[in-house]
Amino acid sequence: MNTFLRSLTTTQQIGALFLVVFGVLSLVTLWAFLRNLREVPDGDADAAATRKAAARRFRGLLQTSWAMATVFWVGWALGDTAATVLFALVAFFALREFITLSPTRRGDHRSLVLAFFVVLPLQFVLVGTRHFDLFTVFIPVYVFLALPVVSALANDPQRFLERSAKLQWGIMVCVYGMSHVPALLLLDFPGQEPGRGAFLVFYLVLVVQTCMVVQHLLGRRFPHLPVAPQVSQSFQWASWLAGVAVGGLVGGVLSFITPFKPGQALGMALLACVAGSLGHLVMKALKRDRGITSWGMQGQSVTGAGGLLDRVDALCFAAPVFFHSVRWYFGL
Amino acid sequence: MLAKLMGFFLLGLVRVLTGSQARWYGCPPKAEQRIYFANHQSHADLVMIWAALPEELRSITRPIAARDYWTKTPFRQWITTAVFNAIYVERQATPPAAPGDAPASAAAESSGAPPGGPEPATAPPIPPSPEALRAALPEGDPLAPLVRALESGDSIILFPEGTRGHGDDPQPFKSGLFRLAQMFPQVVLVPAWINNVQRVIPKGEVVPVPILCSVTFGAPIELAPGEERRPFLDRARRAVMALREV
Repeated sequence: MNTFLRSLTTTQQIGALFLVVFGVLSLVTLWAFLRNLREVPDGDADAAATRKAAARRFRGLLQTSWAMATVFWVGWALGDTAATVLFALVAFFALREFITLSPTRRGDHRSLVLAFFVVLPLQFVLVGTRHFDLFTVFIPVYVFLALPVVSALANDPQRFLERSAKLQWGIMVCVYGMSHVPALLLLDFPGQEPGRGAFLVFYLVLVVQTCMVVQHLLGRRFPHLPVAPQVSQSFQWASWLAGVAVGGLVGGVLSFITPFKPGQALGMALLACVAGSLGHLVMKALKRDRGITSWGMQGQSVTGAGGLLDRVDALCFAAPVFFHSVRWYFGL
Repeated sequence: MLAKLMGFFLLGLVRVLTGSQARWYGCPPKAEQRIYFANHQSHADLVMIWAALPEELRSITRPIAARDYWTKTPFRQWITTAVFNAIYVERQATPPAAPGDAPASAAAESSGAPPGGPEPATAPPIPPSPEALRAALPEGDPLAPLVRALESGDSIILFPEGTRGHGDDPQPFKSGLFRLAQMFPQVVLVPAWINNVQRVIPKGEVVPVPILCSVTFGAPIELAPGEERRPFLDRARRAVMALREV
């Protein structure tokens, strides 16, 4: 099995990876479908309603997973440029959600235009053309100054720091964080054939998502005292540690698809999990500050599905940390 | 053909920028004759509510556009006639007729009269029939094109504030809605709240910013028998404002 996989070209290997992902998704969908057919005993209405809500949530999650996997697949099939454009679109929609829920004033209009239509495309162009040195400092250094200047020129000092801070945060999380995912895709390791970046992205996404899911499930199953109940009712040290540990282990086991040795893979995965899960907690605090439970249509969406940003926020925090530590450690 | 393409393009643009989510709370989207009345904060309101309606309703619903703004350039005029199939109304209404001139002209103040116009206080003691009211409408009345559209069976989108508001709350409603409700008792009056559009493109800006917006449609209201103008308009305004919290 292993020798067979190694004999394949990189493209064939990535194709096989997608085959596995789609296979797993099909199995889960089939299982959900069969479970739906099962006769349910006539219980009280309350239990039925809870079950129904849980089933709907699960269906939503499944739909998102299918959509994400398909989008990743299309992005990979169309090449690096298409993948970069794809992540730029994700960043665009995430930033749209963030800005919608951060009240801005009329004076911010020009800086918002700058953020959406200049900074965001430019950042992804820098990624796509592999200007990695400029791309890592473009937003924290240059845009950091440019946006408040535009806001200041609008001649509105009211709550200026607050407004600038919100815009800076939105750009850092949604644009800067998200742009590191396609950057991973384009990162070439010495001694490796090019084009294996897709594995690195898959590795990061899988590890971080595993950590989040394990943390969520364990927190549900064995409720402890929440560490910061005002911010998150579900965040607790025990389940957090367990989630990070499981995510790290999965990363260590998956070292064969990365350029890392098992020990290095474990370390990188742990780092990504810590960054992702704590970033998710920070985003929860931001949501609480705005008095909402999810990004999305003012937190009151009809479908019950959360916003895009709820799904990608852990990735947005994990990707930059992962990217920079990989580059630093391997001296790329 | 060109108009259709432009329609697709605008629809795509509005969806990318605002999400243009329609939330039907008080009534389902249904192909009955309706008057949608909404708050007005930006010229983009027109595009917004047009994009939020489902395809089938969009073709039978005509928005009201202020003639002075939307016919200023040939492009604006083309877009409102060919794409939106809009009805133009004059915002500079003909000077209001003297009170007591004719029953129908008791509220001759148009839906688009400048704010602070005279508010005739007397209502006719015996409400005349809708047909009589329609017949009594003078040719030059700003409401005449709306009446013609409703008579031909179209639904319309109305902004009863007349002009764009600046504050958080909508301005008091003009009487056009009341008169149309009198003239067309069978048409369903649906309140709508358009959220966030003023942030997308504030007055005086050219480039829009992507911000999620939504249009909330509420439960229809009816003109009660014998209900006076001001109480009805206030009730309609409250019905629109109540949708902000839904």
